[in-house]
Amino acid sequence: MTVLFGQLCTGISIGAVLLLIALGLALTFGQMNVINMAHGEFIMAGAYTTYVLQQSITGAGLSLLVALPVAFVVAGTMGVLLEILLIRRLYARPLDTLLVTWGVSLMLQQLARDIFGSPNVQTRAPDLLTGNVAVPGGLTVANNRLFILALALAAVVALTLALRLTPLGRRIRAVVQNRDLAAVSGIPTARVDRATFFLGSGLAGLAGVALTLLGPIGPTMGTNLIIDAFLVVVVGGIGQLKGSVIVAFALGILQATGEYLTTLSVAKVIVFVAIVAFLQWRPQGLFTLRTRSLA
Amino acid sequence: MTAVTPAPPSTASAPAPADSAPPSRSGGRSRLRAAVGFAFGAALLFAVAPLALSDFRLALLAKYLCVAMVAVGIGIAWGRGGMLTLGQGVFFGLGGYAMAMHLKLADAGPGGMPDFMQLYGQLDELPVWWRPFASPWFALPATVLLPMAFAFGLGSLVFRRRVRGAYFAILSQALAAALVILLIGQQGTTGGTNGLTDIQGFFGYDLDDPVNQRTVYFIIAGVLLALLALARQLIHSRYGELLVAVRDSEERVRFLGYDPASVKLVAYVVAAGMAGLAGALFVPAVGIISPALIGIVPSIEFVIGVAVGGRATLLGPVLGAVAVAWARTALSERFPGTWTYLQGLLFVVVVAFLPGGLAALWALARRRDVGEEQSRRGWSALGRRRAERAEVPTA
Repeated sequence: MTVLFGQLCTGISIGAVLLLIALGLALTFGQMNVINMAHGEFIMAGAYTTYVLQQSITGAGLSLLVALPVAFVVAGTMGVLLEILLIRRLYARPLDTLLVTWGVSLMLQQLARDIFGSPNVQTRAPDLLTGNVAVPGGLTVANNRLFILALALAAVVALTLALRLTPLGRRIRAVVQNRDLAAVSGIPTARVDRATFFLGSGLAGLAGVALTLLGPIGPTMGTNLIIDAFLVVVVGGIGQLKGSVIVAFALGILQATGEYLTTLSVAKVIVFVAIVAFLQWRPQGLFTLRTRSLA
Repeated sequence: MTAVTPAPPSTASAPAPADSAPPSRSGGRSRLRAAVGFAFGAALLFAVAPLALSDFRLALLAKYLCVAMVAVGIGIAWGRGGMLTLGQGVFFGLGGYAMAMHLKLADAGPGGMPDFMQLYGQLDELPVWWRPFASPWFALPATVLLPMAFAFGLGSLVFRRRVRGAYFAILSQALAAALVILLIGQQGTTGGTNGLTDIQGFFGYDLDDPVNQRTVYFIIAGVLLALLALARQLIHSRYGELLVAVRDSEERVRFLGYDPASVKLVAYVVAAGMAGLAGALFVPAVGIISPALIGIVPSIEFVIGVAVGGRATLLGPVLGAVAVAWARTALSERFPGTWTYLQGLLFVVVVAFLPGGLAALWALARRRDVGEEQSRRGWSALGRRRAERAEVPTA
């Protein structure tokens, strides 16, 4: 029972990281059906932003708090630039967008290498987040894991509210559901796309800040994350967030359980097999957005 | 429509075709042209290159030609079939590991074990799944059949459920990630991150001997030419037409009564077989196979050569793959950082602004009568015009 609960906790904590990195993707991929391989490098940009801020702001807690909005804006701006310069021209060719953004991600990685050096760098975690808390069942949960879980949930809630309640959110939903109809209804779809890209990329920046609490920051950190994030979105179904939320935690728990029963590498393979099997059952993902457009 | 009437392949809507994509499957002239091109390529690979290049450069060329074999397969699956497969490294790796396992066992002698197993695995005897690879009669066919079987299994699951486009690309990339993690995790039996290294002999011949290295090069060049001939036949068959039709409009082909899943599956399996063969020949040419050679990054690097050369043409992928691999060696020797920027830039510029690859430029230079707009966009090699023309009867 304790073991089971322990695995559940590990799984949820893996799931929270997955959720945080996949949330921005769910937005951009869902909105524009565009695969942005440079998303991982936006995460990296968020992480390096934290690192840079810590050089000038001494308090680890304060710098982390400052880093959250700054990283959001930095990564968001990079996303908007990418959208304006390249992705906008390639909407009709999603597969080509994938390759183009991969090229961008290669260049960004090299840029990070040139600026910060190839070796990984480390940030200091605030004291508040270094300890553990005891949870019922004789287990402890690391504070930073709790913080990431809270951040992920807060991001989901904020994003959901923004999509439901704000005018921009309404426009985003309209464009996701039927781009052509939205356009003829007077919604400036190009501007909405840009705003979506800002939001989605900004969320990647947030994820980057959170990841500095878990491990070192390096130029290739994005590559390792991006595939997991895409799998979450693909399995969750595009066009809405709830699928990604459920799948992130489900994959996290599956990964943790698989890791416990076998080894890390075998667990990865189990997850992959489970995803292929799942797509047999629901090729469009967990939740599909029903629209009348002929996609 | 496309499937029934023998419409010319995409590159050849105009009467005068480019060499890289002979136009019709019936024309005697194009067959002659292909035969001449083939002979020219053979002369280049078998006579000019061995005379002009040093042993070191020839060994490098052998390596590039292996990459080119993978590119031929990607050209069929992606350029012709529209399946962007970002996991060809998996099939390359399966072929390579199958070959390397056999060669390691052959090096170790009968009853022996590869050196690394005692080192990392503390194994007393050979794992069960290694044993069949001791026999060349199992290992050699396995280098091709294993990847094909694997591609068949995955493809028949995925294509039948109409997982396609970006979803398929992501899935194929995840496959590469999963295989690499598995190989690294099972260090005791797979060599882990190091892979299978230090391969000495190739069916009784010492690989350190330059003469034998040369022979390996000739084998590779011969196999590449054979694969090109095979690809040409495939592209110019009825099946090749059908594959392009599936790429351009899968639903229409379905409504015509064909099964797009099977059509795509064949191309995917053929591409996997070619990648497997390439991996198998890569091992004697380079002497190593490791996870770093088959993971996500090398898998996507296979694709860039194809994109640069011209994805939908026959020769484009081969020339593109060799050119990119050569540029990589030449530049990364001198300016390691610059190469990464350049590689990224290549992806961006070629894919975004020249989707037909260099072959489109070539075709443009030869045909001035191409429509203004297509020539500007470089679309001619991608069969967009075909798709547009197909609209006419239905409209």
